[in-house]
Amino acid sequence: MKADGRLGVRDVFILSLNDMKRGESGVIKEILGGHGFARRLESMNIRVGKNITKVSAMFRRGPVTVQADHTRLALGFGMAGRIIVEVKR
Amino acid sequence: MKRILLMGDPNVGKSVVFSRLTGVHVVASNYPGTTIEYTSGYMRLDGQKIEVVDVPGTYTLDPTNEAEKVATDMLKPDDIVINVVDSTNLERNLNLTLQLLERGNPVLVCLNMWDDAEHRGITIDSGKLEQIIRAPVVPTVAVSGWGIKALVSRIPDARPSEPRIMNQEKRWQEIGSIIRSVQITTRRHHTFLEKLEDASIRPFSGAIIAALVLAGAFTLVRLIGEAIIQYIMEPFFARVYSPLIMKLSSVIAEKQFLHDVLIGRLINGEVDFTQSFGFLSTGVFVPVGMVLPYVVTFYFVLGLLEDVGYLPRLAIFLDRIMHKMGLHGYAIIPTILGLGCNVPGILATRILEEKRQRFIAATIISIGVPCAALQAMIWGMLGPHGWEYVLLVYGILLVVWFLIGFGLNKMMRGFSPELFIEIPRYHVPKLPIVLKKLGMRVLGFLKEALPVVFVGILFVNILYTLGVMDAIARFTAPVVVKLLGLPEEAVTALVIGFLRKDVALGMLAPLSLDPGQLVVASVVLAMFFPCIASFIVLMRELGFLQMIKATLLMVVSAIVVGSLLNLAL
Repeated sequence: MKADGRLGVRDVFILSLNDMKRGESGVIKEILGGHGFARRLESMNIRVGKNITKVSAMFRRGPVTVQADHTRLALGFGMAGRIIVEVKR
Repeated sequence: MKRILLMGDPNVGKSVVFSRLTGVHVVASNYPGTTIEYTSGYMRLDGQKIEVVDVPGTYTLDPTNEAEKVATDMLKPDDIVINVVDSTNLERNLNLTLQLLERGNPVLVCLNMWDDAEHRGITIDSGKLEQIIRAPVVPTVAVSGWGIKALVSRIPDARPSEPRIMNQEKRWQEIGSIIRSVQITTRRHHTFLEKLEDASIRPFSGAIIAALVLAGAFTLVRLIGEAIIQYIMEPFFARVYSPLIMKLSSVIAEKQFLHDVLIGRLINGEVDFTQSFGFLSTGVFVPVGMVLPYVVTFYFVLGLLEDVGYLPRLAIFLDRIMHKMGLHGYAIIPTILGLGCNVPGILATRILEEKRQRFIAATIISIGVPCAALQAMIWGMLGPHGWEYVLLVYGILLVVWFLIGFGLNKMMRGFSPELFIEIPRYHVPKLPIVLKKLGMRVLGFLKEALPVVFVGILFVNILYTLGVMDAIARFTAPVVVKLLGLPEEAVTALVIGFLRKDVALGMLAPLSLDPGQLVVASVVLAMFFPCIASFIVLMRELGFLQMIKATLLMVVSAIVVGSLLNLAL
């Protein structure tokens, strides 16, 4: 039971990778920006519908490291902000 | 006869499979019109010699960058493809596998890193996979050689298939259904290596690990290098080589010219390895006796770091700082290579996407990154005066490297792209592979360094004889003496710096400079002009005009920094 008394009910948040907490996982909802960026990610099997985990982020808008299946990818803060994820909290 | 292409995603151990299949005679070439490099060699199959090509890594045949475009262009309808697959990441890798099969080429799938997959609780039914995709599938562990024989024996089983066209969405669906029927994943605990992987990319623990790794690497290079000099090189040159040279000297004493060329001047009737300036005295001693020990240890430690997979993590960590210089974190890899020799460092700037980034990276490597040969000499010459002077030289070069990068980024138009790199897993390095790579790099160093050292020595002797040195010395004296505070004789050393910086710094030994002057000389030598080998590579990589710009920047900044140091010290 949660602190506010709800039983196992979790809220769904739609947010960018940059707004996720470290260690948090979610399902990719949308990849914004150019087609090239989405295609580059897709070739690495990071695409809409896939599970993605934020492994770490460097301070002061440094690169963000994510993991999808067994692929680990480090990408710039700007790029990370264009990956929109559905997270349950 | 058909060719065999090795194709696969980046970081799947393709090059290791390649070196297992081919012998020692491999050639690295540029793909026409690009800076993308690939290697090719030959293997024997049923008594026939077949060309094997190690194609640049690509995730897809629908290219998203230049390297992937080259990989895609290299695939011709006749080629047999060995598709090297990372068994721990089958789903992603199958995307390329299916695309290859759709082309209709004969394909053989090599499920590499099979042991890693086992450790990670991933079980793949390779027989079932073979049935579904109708192409031979062979599990391998390339680093140990396991499965390579089986792989070779199944090459004839790879048959061409009917080409077909599929869209990406359907391909992923098909991959999903293949994965469901051939792969079982069991959950298990994180291994120590995986915990370390996480720790090294987090802000605080990552900083500590980066500092420890860099300090450790530096200390290791110094300690092993010093040990080799103290226990192998010094005894060898003093007890074995020197008597040999003296004997030769007495034999050819009559033939003045030959003696001058091979042994050089005798100092107090003895051969002096730093001052005699003959091919067999100074020409062998500086590159082999003083520099080689550090080159060997540097490349050994670098090879370990590369094979463990640490360097991309350093890239994440330094990304912010590198952006201040118009680069991104990945540029740290050419920079570190440059600490061994500027030539491979400048070549490695090709991994950067934009021309602007490549110019900045190559220029600041040439200015602020001293190669192992020069570093060895700096340690050898300044070390006896106290380590604070050695650190001072490094500190000044680091500041100059950053400031020039910072300035170039502010002045040049354009922007710096963001970091986008796959982070490979940590691996326990395999000693035979580290040693093989080390052997190739050390051989490369000797092949490149020895001839240039000989030319340099010949050059110095000729210039002295013709009196050209005196003329140059008179001409440049105002700068060297007034601005830099160095004696007039140091001009010769600076001129030789065009050829080899290690020999150049060695030439300063007999001038009995004070530590301050040595610091100035070391910094100026490191900065002011690329050695002939880096100069050629800079011209090839940047083009004539850009190279001139970079060189002017070097000369001006070296004089400015040298003069300021002269005032301060």
